[in-house]
Formats: sequence, C-alpha cells, structure tokens
Amino acid sequence: MKAIWTIAKRELSSYFSSPVAYVFIVIFLLLTGFFTFMVGRFFERGSADLLAFFVWHPWLYLFLVPAVGMRLWSEELRLGTMELLLTMPVTTWQAILGKFLASWLFLLIALLLTFPMVATVAYLGHPDIGRILSGYGGSFLLAGAFLAITCMTSSITRNQVISFILSVVICLFLILCSWPPVTDFVVSWAPAWIVDALAGIGVMTHFEGFQRGVIDSRDLLFFLSVIVFFLFTTSVILRARRA
Amino acid sequence: MITVEMLTKSFGPKLAVDNISFSVERGEVLGFLGPNGAGKSTSMRMITGFLTPTSGKVFVCGFDVVDQPLKSRGRIGYLPENAPMYSDMTVGGFLNFCAELRGLSGSPKREAIDRAVQRCFLQPVLSQSVDTLSKGYRHRTCLAQALVHDPEVLILDEPTDGLDPNQKHEIRSLIREMGRDKAIIFSTHILEEVEAACTRAIIIDRGKIVANSTPAELKTRAPQAGTIVVGLRGVTWGVFQSHFSTLRALEKSELMWESDSKMMARLQPKGDLLPELLALAQSKNWQIEHLNVDEGRLDDVFRSITLPDTDRTSEK
Repeated sequence: MKAIWTIAKRELSSYFSSPVAYVFIVIFLLLTGFFTFMVGRFFERGSADLLAFFVWHPWLYLFLVPAVGMRLWSEELRLGTMELLLTMPVTTWQAILGKFLASWLFLLIALLLTFPMVATVAYLGHPDIGRILSGYGGSFLLAGAFLAITCMTSSITRNQVISFILSVVICLFLILCSWPPVTDFVVSWAPAWIVDALAGIGVMTHFEGFQRGVIDSRDLLFFLSVIVFFLFTTSVILRARRA
Repeated sequence: MITVEMLTKSFGPKLAVDNISFSVERGEVLGFLGPNGAGKSTSMRMITGFLTPTSGKVFVCGFDVVDQPLKSRGRIGYLPENAPMYSDMTVGGFLNFCAELRGLSGSPKREAIDRAVQRCFLQPVLSQSVDTLSKGYRHRTCLAQALVHDPEVLILDEPTDGLDPNQKHEIRSLIREMGRDKAIIFSTHILEEVEAACTRAIIIDRGKIVANSTPAELKTRAPQAGTIVVGLRGVTWGVFQSHFSTLRALEKSELMWESDSKMMARLQPKGDLLPELLALAQSKNWQIEHLNVDEGRLDDVFRSITLPDTDRTSEK
C-alpha cells in the first residue's frame, strides 16, 4: 500500500512539475464551458440540470484522457526507468496501480474544478443535487475506463504519439458502438444479438444512466470491469516485455 | 551471497546467455568483462529480477529471484546501464523517492539519503534537476540510489561509462572500499578497472563464461606473460645472437630495436633464463640498460580468449 502511494505521489508531482498539468486543466475547463454554453445551449434549455454539461464528457475524454495517460509507461520505457522501478522491491501490480491512481486523481482534480457549473445551476434554479453527483460519479468512472485503456496502450510502445493514437481509436470504438447514430445504422442490417452486444460494451449506454441520476449496479460494474480488464492487460504486456 | 546456476536466456532463436554458473561471496568484487553484446547486461538483468530467465536459477542471499522477488530485490542495489532517472525530478527528490520505495521513512530515511549523498559527493547538485546534470553527476546520482538502503549485494552495469579519469578513479575506489563488506558485481570493458578494483574477474563471450579467475592469474595467460625484455649497451643483435648457445633456457627471441651500440630484445624463456642472461652480460661486459619480466597484459588475454567482433549484432 505504501509503495503504491509512493509511486502515485511521484507520478502526480511529475504532472504538476511541468506546464502539462496546467495546460490540460485550462483546456479542459475551456472546452467544457464552450460545449456546455455554446454548443449545448445551456441557457436556452432553461432547465436546472447539468445534462448539457455531462453529455459532452465522452467526447472530451476521448482526446484529453489519452493525452494525460499516454506517457504513463511509454516514458518509463523511453527513459529506461522501468528497469529501475521494476527492480525495486515492489510488485508490477503496485507500480501499475500507483501510476493509474495518480493519473485518475489528476483527472478528478480537473473534473472538480468544473464546480462553477454546479454553482451556476444552483444560482439559477433548484437542481437535483443527487443527479449532479451521480453525473460526476459517472464521468469520473468514464475517465477511469479511458485511462485504463491508455495505460495499456502506453505499455505497448515507447512512443507517446503511438500510445495516444491507439488509445483514441479504442476509446472511439467504445463510444461509437453505443452512440445512437451508429446503432441506428447497425440496427438496419445486423441481427439483434450484434446490436445488443455492441450496446453492451459501449460506454454511452452505461454513462447515460449516471447522467439521469440512475446508478445501476450493472453500469457501475461495467466501468469497473473495463478498468480491471485493461490494467490486467497492462500487467500481462509488462510481464511479456521482461520474459 | 549471489549464486547463479546454469542460467540461460534466449530472445527468440538468439541465445543471449548460455548456461552460466558462478557465485560471489561477501567481500568479493567481481568484474564482469566481455565484448559488447556478450550477454553482460542480460545476465545482470536476470540477477536483479528485471528479466525472467529462460532456464536456470539465481539466488541472492538465499532467496530465489523468481520465486521470492521482493525479498531478493530488497537486498540488491542496482545501477542499470546508462543510469536511467526520471528527468523531471531533482536529485534530492529522486533519492527520496527511491528510499521510500525501499521502505525507508522518517529519520532513518533522511540519514540514509545523507549517507548516500556524502558517499557519492552529491551535495552541490542536491536541488538541481536530474535533466541538467553532467554525465558524472548523473552516474553518481544513480549510484547513490543503489546505495541508499545499504544493500548487501550491489549490481553495477558499467558504472564508470562516460566518466572522466578523475571520476573513474573515485568510483573505483568507492567500489573497492564497499567491496569489503558487500558482494559486488560490476561490468565494464575497461580492463585496467578490473585490475584496480576487482578481486575476481569473469570474462563472458557470446553468452558463455570463458574465464573465471583473479586478475593476476588471468594476466599470466597472456601470450607475452613471463617474457624477458632486455636492453643492452655495447653489443649488437648479431653479436648477441652468436652467444645464444650459452642461453640454454631460451625458447624464442625477437629483436625490438637496434642502433650502433645498443639493442633491445624480447626473450621467451623455457626455464630459468634470467641468471644465464645476467651471467652472459657480465662475462662479456655488456651494460644492462633495461630489464623487465613482462607480467602480461589483461588486454592481450581478453583479445586472445574472446572472438573478434565481426558478425555479432549489438547488445540491444
């Protein structure tokens, strides 16, 4: 446990020791604001909820989460520090978890800095706080799922750009296979079980419930299993690298 | 302290380390020699538990590095090749991170870091970013990391690579000093380093151990070891050769250079040649200007027992 925290602490401080963290947070806040108010027409909707805010999160995370996570293992491979880290008395799992949690915590910080949105709806009307909290929870889990994918892709290559692109492609797939325009198209020709399977692994259907304030244990389980699956894959890849 | 048994590692069809066995005890400094790509780094990576052996066993302080990785790794200090470090950290921050990963905390941690910093002369750069360090400080910072928990076993992969002669000297004397109560393996391709710091040397070539002995013993295997180099005044090579019948222990001779009244030659003995040579010189009144018995050079041993680097692919 202590080793995980030590690794996470180092990882987190390395975000803040370079301008990357601040640039990321500013861009994230600007983009959420832009999409919510300009594209999502927050004011015109005249509804005291954050639906216009959360609905953009999968699309923002599609690019921003891989940008945060792409260096996790790629950088270790490039600098050769992986050799140092994995010959310390720590297990591979501790190292993977430490790094993952640090980045997830960083995304949480960025997400929490959107609190002015909550303040805005609370000022304008009487929003359902439970619904907002569940939306934030879902958004955090979604970010974690994408981050686990990026963690995996970054362990494949020492090149951060490749790691980024691979991760975007996988995340995009998970978004598209449950995105209504795509599913509507698939329904027209594919058998029902394919449509169901795609919807089952798509993040949009699972994220939707959280936005509406419904915390379904199946959705919760979906995100957690995506995280566990991709972190496990990361450990398999790292082990294969050393065999 | 370190026992390596029939260790083998193959990368696909390529055999990087081929069935090597050796052991290192406390108080020994083992020099790991070999041409580039001979399997030095691969062997060290297996001993530290970074790479999993294809077959064979490694025990560090009695713990199997594969089955009990945390126990064995906790007893090893490891300096990987090229001294990798997190470029966004300061020297102090990096050492603190490593000490914490080693399970140190509170005042023992601070004392351990202070000790490592002093040993490696890092005080001037403690708050400097790792990125901006010179190569010498870089290596020493990474070495400090390997020493911070005062390990019983040290594995150093080319610790003096890229350092200037003064820094090399410092690192070497540090290794020698620490070797008194630790078991140390360090790899190098600088042969003088082996003589300066090692109690024993292993030469590895194409994944196999081709020599395992003390530096002094290894030197005697040089082709020129034991030959007598003699410089004489008052005699020419031709005259000298004409008296070879009195030198019954002479095996072979070779002229090194000659001028009007001086000459120097290398004589290969097959017995006790030196007294005969001295007697001859005295009786003929030749002046001995130079005389030494070549104790052999590690360079020559190295070249004669490792194969030339022709069709070998690089280590990486």
